[in-house]
Amino acid sequence: MVEIRWHGRGGQGAVTSVELLALAAIEEGKFGQGFPSFGPERRGAPVIAFNRVANERIKIKSGIYNPDVVVVLDETLIGIVNVTDGLKSDGKLIVNTTKSPGEVKEQLKFKGAVATVDATKIAREELGVPITNTTMLGALIKVTGLVDLKSAKNPVEHRFGRLAQRNLNALSRAFKEVSTN
Amino acid sequence: MAKRVGMEIALAAAEAVALCKPDVVAAYPITPNTHIPEHLSDLVAEGKLDAEFICVESEHSALSACIGASAAGARAFTATSSQGLLYMGEVMPVVSGMRLPVVMAIGNRALSAPINIWNDHSDIMSQRDMGWISIFASNGQEVVDMMIQAFKIAEDREVMLPINVNLDGFQLTHVVEAMLFPSQKEVEKFLPDYKPFAQVHPDSVVSMGTLGLPEYYAESLKARDEAMKGSKKVIVRTWKEWEKIFGRLYEPVMKYRTEGAEALLVTMGSMGETAEAAIDEMRSKGMPVGLVKLVLWRPFPFEEIRAAVKGCRSLVVMDRAVSFGACGPVAAEVRSALYDQPDAPAIVSEIIGLGGRDVLVQDFVALAEKGLKAKKGKQTEEYEIYGVRGS
Amino acid sequence: MAAKKGLETWQEITLGNMVFRPGSAAEYKTGSWRAKKPIFTKTKCIKCGVCFIYCPEGCIIQDEQGCFEADLDYCKGCGICSAECWPGAIDMVEEG
Repeated sequence: MVEIRWHGRGGQGAVTSVELLALAAIEEGKFGQGFPSFGPERRGAPVIAFNRVANERIKIKSGIYNPDVVVVLDETLIGIVNVTDGLKSDGKLIVNTTKSPGEVKEQLKFKGAVATVDATKIAREELGVPITNTTMLGALIKVTGLVDLKSAKNPVEHRFGRLAQRNLNALSRAFKEVSTN
Repeated sequence: MAKRVGMEIALAAAEAVALCKPDVVAAYPITPNTHIPEHLSDLVAEGKLDAEFICVESEHSALSACIGASAAGARAFTATSSQGLLYMGEVMPVVSGMRLPVVMAIGNRALSAPINIWNDHSDIMSQRDMGWISIFASNGQEVVDMMIQAFKIAEDREVMLPINVNLDGFQLTHVVEAMLFPSQKEVEKFLPDYKPFAQVHPDSVVSMGTLGLPEYYAESLKARDEAMKGSKKVIVRTWKEWEKIFGRLYEPVMKYRTEGAEALLVTMGSMGETAEAAIDEMRSKGMPVGLVKLVLWRPFPFEEIRAAVKGCRSLVVMDRAVSFGACGPVAAEVRSALYDQPDAPAIVSEIIGLGGRDVLVQDFVALAEKGLKAKKGKQTEEYEIYGVRGS
Repeated sequence: MAAKKGLETWQEITLGNMVFRPGSAAEYKTGSWRAKKPIFTKTKCIKCGVCFIYCPEGCIIQDEQGCFEADLDYCKGCGICSAECWPGAIDMVEEG
């Protein structure tokens, strides 16, 4: 079972990200679970959301405190919230930033794997808005290999309707452009 | 075989209710149940559900509208949480007293004060004695199945009582997971159209909600209590029928790895799922522990709980509500079920998971270990509020 | 506890205490609640019907001449008819 924590700001779509990843896993016949940090949501405020993905039925209904993967949708959260809190030392950190993985590693003193992608640029170019949830999902799929890229198609289409193709383009671009250390 | 569909559980509850084709949905939003009526109102607005969605101005009105609708012969549904349920409180016993088979989903949430939007079972416990059948789900699939079963049970002529299906706020309502949905056809076959016992209608002569003088009041309550006790038979029968069609079995008390267990955890609601993971972990280390999940809260399954715990040395009953000045409500019931039993196990009453406090695998492990150490007839405390700072 | 004989058992009472027989409330005579009774003076009555409209018990009936009187099987003696009768045709007098 892989446990993931997403960091974003209210309105950036962190909750949608966890829904899409859970649905993509379910699409493949795996077991996926997604949930928000339980509580009130305020636009702009730092928010977190969670995923569990497994090959067997997921029984645990409690929160996630030691994730295997952390995804940061918004670079400006670094320094405001401790994004590596509880992250396993051999875990993976995926950040939306113009910086290189090495620079982020140095900045956060994190020993595990780091991947970075300029998701804001991709989202602006593909969607016209800096909402990076689908873009970062592409990066996560590449870095973790948890689900197949194809499996995200149906959930994204179901969620975004007319805007699905643009989101899929952003997702695929991040899949290609994410760099790892 | 139907395909597993991933969905937020609150939306899945609404989808399941829609499959039952309610005539009237009356609800007022309150976190964390809101997505249930919200999604039903979407389905009505999109023309996918032919129902009257009544946007009322309060929960008191929501349940009152359900009474009117049900008395007029409609299949009525509502949903709420926390203070919303308490605001329905005045109307709650009227529904059961008038023997109207209204179905309600409760996204369980703590009570104010202090204000808290997160999960525990204080809301339903405050409405325990209102004559409603109460059922607890522990995952999304159970929510879907129980919503559909609820209409069939409530509307059974031997029952004719309202039902609330409890799903833990956030821990269930806001979680996206995979579920199987029966088809519309399957639901129609399982759940026949609602045929009301009587209808308030210009063409029929009936007075409902009548005065009960002292000569009649006790008989009226006795009749309701007998219906409540008797409903267990109908519930079990309905669950067996469900298993035959869909292959998923429900029982008033579900056992998990209880064979040879010396200590058993007793849970209700979503804690049961996480507890299973804890039991798996402890069993893999050879520890003789197991789990008993209470699915049916009212009517209380006395015989089933006695049978389920037979032979174990201790029980750790985990309550998600405080009955101030007494042990947890589930523990009280379990104690009364076992009091006069020969060789009754030691009972440890633990109150846990209040107001959204997370209950982790290690908490279940710690409590099961406490159960293993408990000695019969020698409890050092009546009950404990677990994990509280300063104690 | 004093249990009256001849009343239905819990098995016999209707579901939800529903009443299916119309007009059964008429069997319950509330006239015994009365401490004062209304006396209608027909010579003062202008046949306006205000007493009929205001009676909360619905027990005022109109006679062949168009005047009104109370059905004493049901009149509780509340005196509203007397208070509302502006020509002063209804007096409340002690029972007995």
